[in-house]
Amino acid sequence: MRDILELENVSLIYQSELKETEAVKDLSFSVKDGEFVSIIGPSGCGKTTVLSMIAGLIPTTKGKILYKNEQIEKVSSGVSYMLQRDELFPWRTIEKNVYLPLEIKKIKDASAYERANDLIKKYGLEDFKKAFPHELSGGMRQRAALIRTLSTSPDVLLLDEPFSALDYQTRLSVCNDVYKIIKSEKKTAILVTHDISEAISLSDRILVLTKRPATLYKEHVLPFNKRLSPLKRREQKEFPILFDVLWRELNDEN
Amino acid sequence: MKTELSKERALYLKEKRNKKIAVNVSRALLLVVLLGVWELLAHLGVIDVFLMSKPSQIAVTLYDLFASGNMLTHVLTTLYETVAGFLIATFLGTIIALALWWSETLRKVLEPYIVVLNSLPKIALGPIIIVWFGAGTKSIIFMAVIITIIVTVITMLNGFTETEKGKLLLMRSLGASKMQTLVKLVIPSSIPTFISCLKINVGMAWIGSIMGEYLVSKQGIGYLIVYGGQVFRLDLVMASTIVLCALAGFMYAIVALIEKRLVNKR
Repeated sequence: MRDILELENVSLIYQSELKETEAVKDLSFSVKDGEFVSIIGPSGCGKTTVLSMIAGLIPTTKGKILYKNEQIEKVSSGVSYMLQRDELFPWRTIEKNVYLPLEIKKIKDASAYERANDLIKKYGLEDFKKAFPHELSGGMRQRAALIRTLSTSPDVLLLDEPFSALDYQTRLSVCNDVYKIIKSEKKTAILVTHDISEAISLSDRILVLTKRPATLYKEHVLPFNKRLSPLKRREQKEFPILFDVLWRELNDEN
Repeated sequence: MKTELSKERALYLKEKRNKKIAVNVSRALLLVVLLGVWELLAHLGVIDVFLMSKPSQIAVTLYDLFASGNMLTHVLTTLYETVAGFLIATFLGTIIALALWWSETLRKVLEPYIVVLNSLPKIALGPIIIVWFGAGTKSIIFMAVIITIIVTVITMLNGFTETEKGKLLLMRSLGASKMQTLVKLVIPSSIPTFISCLKINVGMAWIGSIMGEYLVSKQGIGYLIVYGGQVFRLDLVMASTIVLCALAGFMYAIVALIEKRLVNKR
């Protein structure tokens, strides 16, 4: 499979009135089409910053980020960002929330709206199309947010701790849901998280970053069968071993 | 959909209803008692009717004012000034707040001016306003506008700038333009602020118009109150104040109705 996304020696230096902060230093990695990659690292190491750069929200100070061999300079519709909270607009129905990206990108194609509707139907929100976000459970809201993220048919999804606002029970099931949806839509995903078990249960590959300035510390290709669901992975014998290794690596870095 | 209520539920609902009735009755009773004591003390000569007037006299004055049609002219005058001030200030104030949201530079430049204007007692501008706009309705409306507009600008700007960061980030990650962010996110999320601003503005516009009428006027409720005070006709002052209370309450009720409409739509 080809690389859909490449980071080449990316550095980022933040400027503020008091000082400049080196957030990311010389970070290189690539992501293959259809791959699920997680990025973990000590808290405050700049994981979210890496996602923001890939999303085209912050320009890199040095280095290049290539999406399908083209440099990312601004927000591109091939790369879609899913935030920590669902950020559904309370004054819009679920359906209208899902259409928001289409409206913003001024996509008037009936087929795009049809596709969005298909997603709503396929992932069990048909009955809630005309409902307002407050009428949905946390898990359903997060699913609606994912469908909104998918509505413009991006190739790459950037997930910034998308489950952190949910309680543990919901979190496990939404995690399962989201994984299934991403796989069945054949999307490439980059997940940023501080939850080691979440990273292990979802990813094909895990990148461990150093503390600030963030750079690549370790890389793990996970041995699981591709057909195992995230919940099932948690029951595998490799799971605790991987957890232990990653936990120690993160601690070394702290 | 009518189902048999459980005994506990029926009891609970009954208690709830009884409490509500008790509150309403007490409210009415309070008014009656106050008026009664007032009237009684006036009759017994404990209070000076010349300084305090009395309810029966106020009622007669009220009736006369309405019967002669004088009151209607005064009411319409003040209502016109207040509503005009309210609408102009709310509209312009919101537009200015939008402009300030749009340009951070403009916001920073104008900030100290807004702060000073906000803390300035607007009545101090009275003489200037009279010289500029003449001794008439225009001055009164202008007074209502300047009192209301500053509050509008500050309240609405606060509402606009307090748009949730996560939702702004979402818009940015979708590549939304500033205009799209404004129309699709900032304005709809500021509707609750706008409603509370309308409520504040009702009060502000009344302050402005009455204050304006105190300064310059030949008719209006504020005029009646000042005139009544000058000729020591406290019944006139009290009667006018009652009418003013009723009008202010009425206008507030209209805003509450608008609120209900807007909130239901969400």
